[in-house]
Amino acid sequence: MTESLYAPEFARLTSVKPVTELEKLFTVELPGGKSLNHEPGQFVMLSIPGVGEAPISITSSPSRSNGTFELCVRKMGNVTGVLHTLNSGDMVGIRGPYGHGFPIDKMRGKDMLFAPGGLGLAPLRSLINQVLDERADFGRVIILYGAKRPAELLFRDELDQWAARDDVEFHVTVDRAEGDWDGNVGVITTLFPKVSVDPHGTTAVTCGPPIMYRFVLMEMLGKGIPENHIYLSLERRMKCGVGKCGHCQINGLYCCQSGPVFTYDQIKNVPEAL
Amino acid sequence: MSLKILDKGAIAPLVSALMADYTVTGPQAKRSMFAFDPLTDPAELRLDYNTSILSPKTVLQPPHETLATTHLGEIPSVEPEVEAEPTVIFGVHTCDLRAIQLLDKVFTVDYPDPHYIARREQTLIVSLECLQPCDENSFCKDMGTLEAGTGYDLHLTDISDAYAVHVGTEKGAALLEKYADDRPATDADIKRLEATLGAKWPRFKNHLEFDSGELPALLATAYEHPLWEELGERCFACGSCTNVCPTCYCFNVTDTISLDLSESVRERNWDSCQLDEFARVADGHNFRQARAARQRHRFFRKGKYIYEQQGMLGCVGCGRCIRTCLVHINIVDGFNALHRSRQEAGK
Repeated sequence: MTESLYAPEFARLTSVKPVTELEKLFTVELPGGKSLNHEPGQFVMLSIPGVGEAPISITSSPSRSNGTFELCVRKMGNVTGVLHTLNSGDMVGIRGPYGHGFPIDKMRGKDMLFAPGGLGLAPLRSLINQVLDERADFGRVIILYGAKRPAELLFRDELDQWAARDDVEFHVTVDRAEGDWDGNVGVITTLFPKVSVDPHGTTAVTCGPPIMYRFVLMEMLGKGIPENHIYLSLERRMKCGVGKCGHCQINGLYCCQSGPVFTYDQIKNVPEAL
Repeated sequence: MSLKILDKGAIAPLVSALMADYTVTGPQAKRSMFAFDPLTDPAELRLDYNTSILSPKTVLQPPHETLATTHLGEIPSVEPEVEAEPTVIFGVHTCDLRAIQLLDKVFTVDYPDPHYIARREQTLIVSLECLQPCDENSFCKDMGTLEAGTGYDLHLTDISDAYAVHVGTEKGAALLEKYADDRPATDADIKRLEATLGAKWPRFKNHLEFDSGELPALLATAYEHPLWEELGERCFACGSCTNVCPTCYCFNVTDTISLDLSESVRERNWDSCQLDEFARVADGHNFRQARAARQRHRFFRKGKYIYEQQGMLGCVGCGRCIRTCLVHINIVDGFNALHRSRQEAGK
């Protein structure tokens, strides 16, 4: 049989759970329960036959694979719109994992500062949970999470667990309070003054909507964290995932190959990046 | 490798013999222009063509191709498809030959593309020395593509009543051996070849006002140049320039379901960075919204990005994008404008 780079493997959804009004969590099992073997921060190309294919970040940590992996997906376009109609037991096409993820081995021994915005928590959760599973290998773990509204906070159960842990400094804010919200109100940058960090001992990681990066980066740089210790995960349109189709190009870089995880110093002089 | 001679009268029988075993694609007259298409008759081959509307990249990266078919059912099964057949591309000009060498790199590095590679392995290239400029728009001399270098199986040079044939590969030698009525080159043939090659260079003019090797460095200083806004205001974002470009390889991947819902076909289609939705993501954010930014991206790919990735410039000087542009965007004029600005800034 001929091979194709572009032919997916069909995998079964073993669980579909709502996360918010907009996002669902899909647990995916590859044939035979084989491991995806991903790094935190990598992505897969997910296909729905007859509809198309889209790049989706892997939200589960490699340390919690159990023969499955998780995708947290917002209902947004053609592929994700149909995906949201699927149920446990249905099949989806998977290619990957692709891209450069977070180099977790370089981060060991360091304090970790995570600053996800909105759906940006989905890719960062893969790294956060691995760090928590290997907690002794890391210094402080600080998570600053911002969302537009309380109803858009992802993984409420896990957020509660993080908040309850003594070894995690967790702060969360929403742009607009609603319902019984009595926590922080304000954009994510309002959380930064709440923590002080050892700039040279800290790795900072962020992912969020395009508008957010400049402001979060200013906070991270303002704390004195070196440019090559600040990691970002970037979103782009992708059609191949393997550095050929051109859609994800950020000036001279292919996001799918050089990224989606970049250090700030890799992209600070790349005008199309942010 | 060695040099052989094919009398002009031997070309039609050679093509005819090849057609028994290969799809032979070559330049043919198409109204007032020429196009690379499969030959149905050796007489259709026009080795006197100036340039073709599309480059022979259409053979190696067709505008549409099937990548895989998914048979739907309880458990979908995927059948990858590779569309490849033994092919000879006959009469490839040296600019397009260089472009094929670039495509070879793109589709074989990192994640090798089995669809391209299968076609490439079954394709023989018979290239053709250019003795006259196509027209006033070609700038092959500036881009260093006026000589064949390597990458051909056979390379023909017109020496009046015959073609001198450089043999580039074992496959090329075997093709000659099996299909052609060639003869060894005599001293007189070699002299005619040398005279022909020596006489051609003055016929080609330089169009760039600087050495094309400076393009990556020139563009590195030109990201904010007003040229991009000017081009963006004129550009219709039609994508013609990238369609005709022999080195543009960007593509879209689409899935289409059959009417009886039994299978889904995955196709690869040419795409263009000049089109509005090329860099747009699902929530509507477009990472390259402005036409100015899209034209800049094209110029930068041709003169800088591809060079940084593959070690070869992404422009081969064929002039097709200039000929095809409805609003007369001219990449040579653009590069020259950037060069003049840099010179003025340096004064």
